[in-house]
Amino acid sequence: MSLDQLYQQIILDHSKARHGSGLAGTEAPLGASTGQSHQLNPVCGDEVTVRVAVEDGKVAQISWDGAGCSISMASASVLSELAEGLSVAELHGIIDSFREVLRSRGKVHADPEILGDAAAFEGVARYAARVKCAMISWVAAEDAVNQAAA
Amino acid sequence: MALVSTPATLERAVPAMDNAEVLRIRNDFPVLGQHVNGQQLVYLDSGATSQNPLSVIEAEQEFYEQRNAAVHRGAHHLAVEATEVFEDARQTLADFIGADYAETVWTSNATEGLNLISYALSNATLWSAQGRGDARLRELAVGPGDQIVVTEMEHHANLIPWQELAFRTGATLRYIPIDDAGSLRLDVAAEILSSRTKVLAFTHASNVLGTINPVKELVALGRKAGALVVLDACQSAPHLPLDVKDLDVDFAVFSGHKMLAPTGIGVLYGKQDILDTLPPFLTGGSMITTVTMERAEYLPAPQRFEAGTQRISQAVALAAAANYLTETGLDRVHRWEAELGQRMVAGLEALPGIRVLGPAAGQERIGLAAFDVEGVHAHDVGQFLDSRGIAVRVGHHCAQPLHRRLGLTATTRASAYLYNTTDDVDAFLDAVAGVRSYFRV
Repeated sequence: MSLDQLYQQIILDHSKARHGSGLAGTEAPLGASTGQSHQLNPVCGDEVTVRVAVEDGKVAQISWDGAGCSISMASASVLSELAEGLSVAELHGIIDSFREVLRSRGKVHADPEILGDAAAFEGVARYAARVKCAMISWVAAEDAVNQAAA
Repeated sequence: MALVSTPATLERAVPAMDNAEVLRIRNDFPVLGQHVNGQQLVYLDSGATSQNPLSVIEAEQEFYEQRNAAVHRGAHHLAVEATEVFEDARQTLADFIGADYAETVWTSNATEGLNLISYALSNATLWSAQGRGDARLRELAVGPGDQIVVTEMEHHANLIPWQELAFRTGATLRYIPIDDAGSLRLDVAAEILSSRTKVLAFTHASNVLGTINPVKELVALGRKAGALVVLDACQSAPHLPLDVKDLDVDFAVFSGHKMLAPTGIGVLYGKQDILDTLPPFLTGGSMITTVTMERAEYLPAPQRFEAGTQRISQAVALAAAANYLTETGLDRVHRWEAELGQRMVAGLEALPGIRVLGPAAGQERIGLAAFDVEGVHAHDVGQFLDSRGIAVRVGHHCAQPLHRRLGLTATTRASAYLYNTTDDVDAFLDAVAGVRSYFRV
């Protein structure tokens, strides 16, 4: 497998122009409940904090902050772009789908209908050492939305 | 013409290593012959773990095929043979570092060796409190008001055991700082060390910076304070001639897997009188004299610290590795790797957006270089190099406090050994030169 299949253009673009990046100054909408989760990958020191605001069962706002490799940063960016406006159930659905693809060692293909730009991370599944990089913000979002919806 | 043999002419008489010799050496290492991602493997991660020559692999295999038995027990032929090769291996390692036989203790690795020292000191503290042991043992006890001194450049293995010893005993942990070029601030060290310093622990050569620390100066400071001096020799024992008696350290530790041997075996050197005074760390079979229902008396070192059935085949293989290095000549290996290290740093410094940690080109360093690529995370650098068949280490290299001190979280490290050519370094540099454009920086 070539390096370009891992580092697809979408990933390189998102790692530079990070959607939803920056926690500071993001006021949750009035009446929304919020959750926040910090995740750390001790192997490489990558860390991501994701904040989610839920209102009427929908993701009203998602923002994040973090430092890490291009895979982890692009993954957080794509996630925040996808998640906004989804229902909590829909967000859980795409997180589950993403996790299934990433943990499949390349056996499960990503469905762009469900995952949108996140389907570009399909190649990461073939690099066991990088799966955590792609998952870290999704794990944080799952934790944060659970807190907010609790 | 009269030939006068001075040290200088003797040095010239030993031919330096070159690429041709390295390529012959490489033939002894089966794993290095393979291709990775369609490219000839360039292995530059020996600082993490080294590869094994056939003589080491065969030594371990031969032990299992011909001599396998538990050592120091049983009167049968195999048990005697196994004990002989096991103890011969100990003598080989003792000779390798200039130690005496009984001062050479087998461990699983350097991490275990350092934990052994810190827990034995804890036990000395507990024994003293309960009136067990003699006056010498009481001198080793660590308590509130005492100091343990390490440096800012330590590997976690030579840091966390001391943090935990400080926690258990109420002692204070202090750090000798580094300067921006990666050298220890000896002036500050002199201020920090006092008569309350019980332990001074530091690395011989930094696994991140490549710096070789001035051991004798540090030992002198430690002696003046009356501290135990502990040397982490993980990045020195495999790469340069090590003489623990000449350095006059109290303890030294290193791992076999970083010096051509298998995993699971390492060495702890300790001065005989200290080892025989210290309480044991692990207790159980093979390390006792008399055991009653109530208590046990312990053997002197080395058995004192070798509870349970030992890592016999690994010890035999480690001796084969030490012999391989001795036959090649560690002074020659050291000079060759220093040359590779300089080539790395000079090449890296010439590239835009690269920051090399530690000594600049032209300054002494071992054969490794850790660096930051501006705008590209180390994991991405490592992935890119792997696609070219080049194996390097990425991350914090088990030195988070050092990285924090340098304002970084992760770096990329290339580390050479006696089986690396200048072509390997050039292939690495050529690949690094392409990193930033690939990631559109």
